Amino acid sequence: MFALANPNRFQKLAKQILPWAAGVTVVSMCAGLVLGLFFAPPDYQQGESVRIMYVHVPSAWMALAIYTTIAVASGFFLVWKVPLADVLARAAAPIGAGFTLVTLVTGSLWGKPTWGTWWVWDARLTSVLILFFLYLGYIALQNAFEDSGRGAKAAAVLALIGFVNVPIIKWSVDWWHTLHQPASVVRFDGPTIHASMLTPLLLMAVGFTAFFVVLLLIRVRSALLARKIRTLRLVQAGADPHIGEA
Amino acid sequence: MDKINELLTMGGYGEFIWPAYAVAFVVLVGLLAWSLRELRIHERTLRELQSNGSDERKG
Repeated sequence: MFALANPNRFQKLAKQILPWAAGVTVVSMCAGLVLGLFFAPPDYQQGESVRIMYVHVPSAWMALAIYTTIAVASGFFLVWKVPLADVLARAAAPIGAGFTLVTLVTGSLWGKPTWGTWWVWDARLTSVLILFFLYLGYIALQNAFEDSGRGAKAAAVLALIGFVNVPIIKWSVDWWHTLHQPASVVRFDGPTIHASMLTPLLLMAVGFTAFFVVLLLIRVRSALLARKIRTLRLVQAGADPHIGEA
Repeated sequence: MDKINELLTMGGYGEFIWPAYAVAFVVLVGLLAWSLRELRIHERTLRELQSNGSDERKG
């Protein structure tokens, strides 16, 4: 696994993976969207508004999965000092923030016809809002210091501490019986939703995951190029290129 | 025309469903566009720096 920590090796692997990830994104999302919007049945209680589930739920899964990825990478960065782990986490953060924002907005649009309100301080909604602030805080900390190494370390610590929010989000619907409905898919007894709805949901989840991989690889490549640029500029100016490195 | 109308109104929920999908689309495509733009800029900058470097060595 640490072999992947070599940026050049990572780039080679990334180049091979990217076209496949892009292909899976397109195919999965097209299939998921067509099934979800046109072929899946309306809900007996929520009518057609249940179709918002096909973007809301996969976004929420991504928001949690990406934060978990950032927390794990932060652990690798702080404990084993793997620089690529910081690059990965930093690249993933805006993507996670984006998915969290989509979760909140689509959830609000689903909540209005279903519950009669755009927002309520329900346990899950509140903890997901906190997740969004954690993402923003992480991004802000990374960019807050002149010495990028200090920003990286501070952000990594925030990511790890904030990870306690992830199981809270997951079990909030079981621990507090407030408004958001309980789990219908990721449960010990298995999913309770019908295949006609589960299939487009899972297709969208696969599509969103593949899209995350595509975006992450693009952003990591970009970040590694930025480091090369910084080093080259310092070398060409005759300075020590390793000053202030994470 | 009726079919399209049906699609747009979605049983009365269209005003919630389509904005939800639109927000998801805008955010995700926006992230992709921004990331690709940054990548292109860095690639161009690196190419310029590398050709400057080799010019200096020749000069």
